[in-house]
Amino acid sequence: MTRRETSAELFERFRSNLTIRTLLKAIQREIKPLNRSLRIMEVCGTHTMTLHRSGLKPLLRETGVEMVSGPGCPVCITPDFYHEAIIDLVTSRRNIVVATFGDMTRVPTRKGSLQTTVPAAGSEIKIVYSPEEAQELARNRPDSEVIFFGAGFETTIPAIAFTVRQAASEGLKNFSLLGALWLIPPAIEAILQSGEVTIDGFIYPGHVSAIIGQQAYEFVAEKYGLPGAIAGFEPADILLGLLSVVRQIRQGQPTVANEYRRVVTFNGNQKARQLMAEMFEPFEATWRGLGPIKNSGLRLKKEWQSFEAREKFRLRFEAGRPHPAGCRCGEVLKGLIDPVECPLFARSCHPDHPLGPCMVSYEGACLIEYKYSSGAKRK
Amino acid sequence: MCLAVPGKIISIEPNGTGKVDYMGTTVVANLSLLPEAKVGDWVIVHAGFAISRLDRQEARRTLRLFKQLEKLNSSD
Ligand code: SF4
Repeated sequence: MTRRETSAELFERFRSNLTIRTLLKAIQREIKPLNRSLRIMEVCGTHTMTLHRSGLKPLLRETGVEMVSGPGCPVCITPDFYHEAIIDLVTSRRNIVVATFGDMTRVPTRKGSLQTTVPAAGSEIKIVYSPEEAQELARNRPDSEVIFFGAGFETTIPAIAFTVRQAASEGLKNFSLLGALWLIPPAIEAILQSGEVTIDGFIYPGHVSAIIGQQAYEFVAEKYGLPGAIAGFEPADILLGLLSVVRQIRQGQPTVANEYRRVVTFNGNQKARQLMAEMFEPFEATWRGLGPIKNSGLRLKKEWQSFEAREKFRLRFEAGRPHPAGCRCGEVLKGLIDPVECPLFARSCHPDHPLGPCMVSYEGACLIEYKYSSGAKRK
Repeated sequence: MCLAVPGKIISIEPNGTGKVDYMGTTVVANLSLLPEAKVGDWVIVHAGFAISRLDRQEARRTLRLFKQLEKLNSSD
């Protein structure tokens, strides 16, 4: 067998109808004796995407599992005031290059979006695919100040840490970071502590877990008595995770199952975790919808402050006022409402004219819902 | 967003990057977070960095589990 056949065969099995039917049936068998339906939160936006795209959501509902989307979209949970601060800078100062991921440029704020804003003379907004690409811009444009405006979870943070350290060792002085860097476990804990939403268990993110490892979620089982499973991104991966969660509920033994062992280990990626700890320190960050959460964000440590755009350009963050459009993204991110329950969904808010980040980002629950189910039908 | 599919490392350069093949499409990934990576490994790449190796034995184990569940279902 050639190597290509091996990988193709592998992934075909994770998507095949037979596997999906088999797993749904197994879940059904486990759920039956419970005599009730379950509400399970998928924390990660890429899982939300798989669930919709593969048509699993309604099938699971029939089986007795209601999937609730969580806060796992970094673009969505980054509050407006990050964007507003960087918009203020790029419109008022010359020779500023804001380098950011594509969907970040489309987030609407009271001051427009990075896409609609008109930069000052010599300044511009550039879309990049990686922090290293932003760094390359800084190398090539010594007369400009390049700011990487990056939103991300533990999956992306090590790459950003590496890039800043690299900039420091090169002595690259015209490069800095406006990081919107979020940590998943504190957000899960905040959702549990708020007690606003009833959840029977969690599907934990696959690639965040590749970095932080299975160990990171133990508090959910130990302190809150809730089951959970780490899952990969193929339809069968999610079902395998759910099978484990339902089984944990039936047996009354909540734990952290790792159903993505081909990629995730108990301790995660040690090298990446070390690098994060070397460059960043946790602080009480404010999430859209969830508000301030202790130790839930990362910022550069004191010794790297010359790369901190907030300090370097004295960016002013004006937290507080809600977005005037009446966007309910915050409640979507907490699992309190489904996108369709937002009165603006598919009416004044749609992908061509998003009113909130949840309709902008590819991982945003509103965009995903629009693309794969109700929104598309209404069109 | 997470790219679910792993790619295969086809070469490693002295500067710590590697060429990763996705069914014929090649991308360059920084391998610094995965010092143990070698040519022939399947890796997950995120934001330009390889973050994890795919353990093919574990993948096969999961496939075997699917088979077992199939049998269990048909004996229902
Ligand atoms: S549909 Fe639009 S306005 Fe409503 S919550 Fe989603 S992003 Fe916000």
